[in-house]
Amino acid sequence: MELTLWTYEGPPHVGAMRIATSMEDVHYVLHAPQGDTYADLLFTMIERRDRRPPVTYTTFQARDLGGDTAELVKTSVKDAYERFKPQAMLVGESCTAELIQDQPGSLAKSMNLPVPVVSLELPAYSKKENWGASETLYHLVRTLLLPLVSDAKKEKEPLSRPKANIIGPTALGFRCRDDVREVIKLLGEIGVEVNVVAPLGSTPADILRIPQADFNICLYPEIALTTCSWLNRTFGQPVVRAVPIGIGATIDFIKEVAQVAQIDVSEYLERSKSQTLGLWDSARITSEADSAASRLPWYSRSVDSTYLTGKRVFIFGDATHVLAAARIATEELGFTVVGVGTYSREFAREVRDLAKSYGLEAVISDDYLTVEAKVAEAAPELVLGTQMERHIAKRLGIPCAVISTPIHVQDVPARYSPQMGWEGANVIFDSWVHPLMMGLEEHLIGMFREDFEFKQGHMSHLHTADSPTPVAVIAQDNSNGEVHWSADGEAELKKIPFFVRSKVKRNTEKFAADNGIIAITAEVLYEAKAKIGR
Amino acid sequence: MALDACTEVPVLKERGQREVFCGLTGIVWLHRKMQDAFFLVVGSRTCAHLIQSAAGVMIFAEPRFGTAILGEKDLAGLADANEELDRVVDQLLARRPDISTLFLVGSCPSEVIKLDLARAAERLSERFFPQVRILNYSGSGIETTFTQGEDTCLKSMVPILPSSNEKSLMVVGTLADVIEDQFRKIFDTLGLGPVYFFPPRRATNLPPVGKQTYLLLAQPFLSETARALIQRGATLLDAPYPIGVEGTTAWLESAAKAWNINNEHFQKTIAPAKERAQIGLERYRQSLAGKSLFLFPDSQLEIPLARFLSRECGMELVEVGTPYIDRMLMQNEISLLPANVSLSEGQDVERQLDRARLAKPDMTVCGLGLANPLEAEGMTTKWSIELVFSPIQGYDQTADLAELFARPLERKKRLSV
Repeated sequence: MELTLWTYEGPPHVGAMRIATSMEDVHYVLHAPQGDTYADLLFTMIERRDRRPPVTYTTFQARDLGGDTAELVKTSVKDAYERFKPQAMLVGESCTAELIQDQPGSLAKSMNLPVPVVSLELPAYSKKENWGASETLYHLVRTLLLPLVSDAKKEKEPLSRPKANIIGPTALGFRCRDDVREVIKLLGEIGVEVNVVAPLGSTPADILRIPQADFNICLYPEIALTTCSWLNRTFGQPVVRAVPIGIGATIDFIKEVAQVAQIDVSEYLERSKSQTLGLWDSARITSEADSAASRLPWYSRSVDSTYLTGKRVFIFGDATHVLAAARIATEELGFTVVGVGTYSREFAREVRDLAKSYGLEAVISDDYLTVEAKVAEAAPELVLGTQMERHIAKRLGIPCAVISTPIHVQDVPARYSPQMGWEGANVIFDSWVHPLMMGLEEHLIGMFREDFEFKQGHMSHLHTADSPTPVAVIAQDNSNGEVHWSADGEAELKKIPFFVRSKVKRNTEKFAADNGIIAITAEVLYEAKAKIGR
Repeated sequence: MALDACTEVPVLKERGQREVFCGLTGIVWLHRKMQDAFFLVVGSRTCAHLIQSAAGVMIFAEPRFGTAILGEKDLAGLADANEELDRVVDQLLARRPDISTLFLVGSCPSEVIKLDLARAAERLSERFFPQVRILNYSGSGIETTFTQGEDTCLKSMVPILPSSNEKSLMVVGTLADVIEDQFRKIFDTLGLGPVYFFPPRRATNLPPVGKQTYLLLAQPFLSETARALIQRGATLLDAPYPIGVEGTTAWLESAAKAWNINNEHFQKTIAPAKERAQIGLERYRQSLAGKSLFLFPDSQLEIPLARFLSRECGMELVEVGTPYIDRMLMQNEISLLPANVSLSEGQDVERQLDRARLAKPDMTVCGLGLANPLEAEGMTTKWSIELVFSPIQGYDQTADLAELFARPLERKKRLSV
């Protein structure tokens, strides 16, 4: 038994719903009690989907438990098949149905429906949403493709364009809709054709075409790795593991694709590097074609970005997005990572290794309060996280950008807003940097802070509230021997720009406590500053 | 269609997929009402996910509700599960010393594995009472539908209400504080009292009950609570629910009669608020009158809302769906509905959607799982959960309530995209 206030992931059957809802002509019959239909609104509200998820629930009640709940499953499967006529059916159960052991999958299979039936057994008391999605995709692909295994490994026509499948984008994923478009574009630029994108936007008939591609791109490992590994073992399709989020990762992705597709991309990569400059050339302005390059490298080198140097950043989310974000933060924006972690226990090892490379200990937890405590302790200047960390950051008065699921309606924007590829890097630059104070404005606030008309707490364009923690100076009563601020120390503290004041205050108090100093004078403040640095 | 002898209003009884929340959802408003109480669901990850999704946004770092998520070990042996529950409660109460009442809330999985939360509550009370009182109720989907979670919660409090033979009025059902204050003012002016609201704002501030207690139900889903209070001697006042001018007046009047308040004094007391409500309502009535309305089952508020929308706003009822009908609680409302009304009880969501599509109503009231898909089909919807979370009862909320229905129509009129 585990005490939980907020959860990062839903139960595994919600993962299965994400697969079913991603696809067309698939229907999911879920043996579940009344009330479990709440999950529909995740899709119709967060993603504003214009159709109900293709899910039929048995919605059994107490009065049904005495009777024949197995019969209820059969009726639901039959009615759902007749009404929706899907090409394939998923049949499974939620946590409560797991306890009554009706085995809906086997029941449905015994009904001899004229379409493939995939029985899903997703242990609800030990597994979670992403695992459920991964298993569902794997079992669906495997069930549909097993009959084709014998005539697999067709001869590859040597002169045809290399073909790839994109595996992993789902409903309720982070920016999957736009990432798919960006990756298709990226592949097109290097002459790779896309065979099937799955599960998002695919049908069971599309799944049957998966073996026709030369290789698979494992776009979201949390969802796709199990399936890609099986396809590799069964059909000999190589797997591209690089996830193209950020400049470096996009280049790695292109190189890895080039290697499995046996194509030369050196000229393309050279061009995309040189094209990061010349943003304002007339040829670029008037060209309809997007440049095969990102603005991030130049924007990051632009002098106003100097203020980004060493910004302290805390990163938390699913493993894929955290690994990508850490690389962008350090190598492409010049931040310093002061905390990193994930709720994806399946990928904890990668994140632990990453943390170690920064001299940190990874936060591997799905306990929201633990994450909040770690953020507060690390005192970052920017949080990159999920919707949960957005709440944490808001409470702590720290700017935040969302980089990973779990998402909220605002993470499904109307505009084109990918995370992957060149455009994804542009989007990331904007969405991470805008929450921070713009460099020049920061400079101006520093210049004008003595002006009597300058209002303390003014934060330019930012929506966040004024200074994070109110700088209440510790009680002047020095009889108890606790650290306190002397009058001149306090006066000096007030001269420090408000947006760093609380951090300076905290650092100085810690310095004083560590060094047995009772009264913090201006001298002590500067001594601490010298020792601790920024 | 079965003909009901009692009312002669035919009711279509449906049994199929029910697109409704379970009783755990009630925690979302109950924890706001009783601010010294904590609600600990003993359930699964699904339960935690449901409440989080229903609550929408995470406003509180440490909300006054949580889930003790059952793991495989808990399923293996109930002895361990009980020990684990004690450990989680210890952990929680150590963390939250401000909590005076802890509700252990049963869920589908805890009911199915027969984890006895009543025993657990007794056992834990022995350790923590009087600092913390520990109660239990079921919010499971197999036993409760959406707002029924409030019913089971309040029912669990009935045995601990103090006894009293003083004549008093108990208003039963969660109301927004602002509405309580409005009603209290009216009762004071009428000279009617003492008046107690149940649930109270502090879970430790329990209203007394006895043979001289008169019950006025503020919400139409409190079947078990009302019966438990009647068992303790209370008298249920016969009234519709305080929705709309008509409902509010009849509701207040029912209490006034029990106190033998002079009718002239009663009319004079309610006149200013009643008049305000009528003026406020008129603006929205114009856009609602003549429009057809289809209500999907959701919160049990459907029948009182249909009564208000048809009688006071002039809407035409196509179908009024409601999760279940308790005659004791609903008779006064049903008799106010038009004679030819089409009532349905329970749900088979696919068939009900077929009926709605066929009828093409001007407005459909439904849950959030259905609203956007129906909008995409060209139907105008009002999502029903807002009717549970917004203050809609009483005179001064009447126009606000009508506005909630007028807004989707107004929006449709404005948009050209």
